Amino acid sequence: MKTCLVVDDSRVIRKVARRILEDLGFEIAEAADGMEALAWCRAAMPDAILLDWNMPVMGGLDFLLKLRTEPGGDAPVVVFCTVENDVAHIQEALDAGADEYIMKPFDGDIIESKFAEVGL
Amino acid sequence: MRPDDVSLVISLCRARAGLKISAEKTYLIESRLSPVARREGYESISELLAAIRTKREEPLIWGVVEAMTSGETAFFRDRAPFETFQKDIYPTLSRARGGEPIRVWSAACAAGQEVYSLAMLNEIMQAQDPGVRIELAASDISTRALEQAQSGIYSQFEVQRGLPIRLLLKHFEKVGEQWRLSASLRRMVRWRRVNLIAGLAAVGRFDVVFCRNVLSGLEPPFQKKVLEDLTLVLPDDGFLILGAKETAEAAGEAFSPVAARPGLYRRNPAFRAAAAAAA
Repeated sequence: MKTCLVVDDSRVIRKVARRILEDLGFEIAEAADGMEALAWCRAAMPDAILLDWNMPVMGGLDFLLKLRTEPGGDAPVVVFCTVENDVAHIQEALDAGADEYIMKPFDGDIIESKFAEVGL
Repeated sequence: MRPDDVSLVISLCRARAGLKISAEKTYLIESRLSPVARREGYESISELLAAIRTKREEPLIWGVVEAMTSGETAFFRDRAPFETFQKDIYPTLSRARGGEPIRVWSAACAAGQEVYSLAMLNEIMQAQDPGVRIELAASDISTRALEQAQSGIYSQFEVQRGLPIRLLLKHFEKVGEQWRLSASLRRMVRWRRVNLIAGLAAVGRFDVVFCRNVLSGLEPPFQKKVLEDLTLVLPDDGFLILGAKETAEAAGEAFSPVAARPGLYRRNPAFRAAAAAAA
């Protein structure tokens, strides 16, 4: 079973995303900020990461930049999922190594479509 | 809704557009027609339909019919037909035409996602081979849908259905909370209003017709008619692309399915010859 780490400081968003991704056949782990997410990845690298941008302790972009320098950190498919919806943010995320980008609000169709886009 | 209101909507849609609408789908009729009633200044759907009964005004009737035709759509919907177009259909036809442009028609284009997906695909194909030449045309029965399609403006929700983020960045600009497709891609498409059941002789000739998830919404006699009329649009070696779950069986021998490609059909050159001989 493929694993997906859902990184968001909102428990509600994590719960919604978990339900959608479980329906798509993923096993889910959750983290509330980038630092927690990094700890998860060092323990067991997931196949995919759904990643919020603005979070306390460590934000999504800082997490992504760190992740890509970790051993095996180039493997997970990273899909940003954030309220940031301007061209500059999207470009910055792609430059930092994101594979896809979801602008909130999202629904099941959008997550399914975006994950299909990156071959998951 | 009152039963006579429901049957009025059903009969108008059938007569004007060949649409098959089940009387059980009252919720669908209500959700589609309440915006029309509001827009036209009526208190309720019932008042809108009462006005149609007494005045028989064409713009009002078409407002109702157009609202009932609109359907779900997405960029690169179902993906497979676009891959098939790029890898099989285009190379086959291009060889046969000696490099002449391949003409593609998106019939029932709704808000334009399908034809603009083809425009983006054209850019990708031209980057690999500058000799690629594709001409795009799109039509819909709904003038409102055509207006939205021509504007190239989509909501944040719409651009996240089927469109890879890199293509969004490459071809769209953000305008307020919406996204607008580049003028160069919009200019690639020729538009016109076409009612598929009203005869296709004036539509012109196309090598490939995308007509997906349209026929299944029509009453069976109209499915047959549209398919037979499409044989006048396609050359002998032309391709017809239906929805993955649709078939061209209603038109008998007019089209033959392509193996392992659900929804893909080749025109059967013998069919028109047989029809001509019979006449």
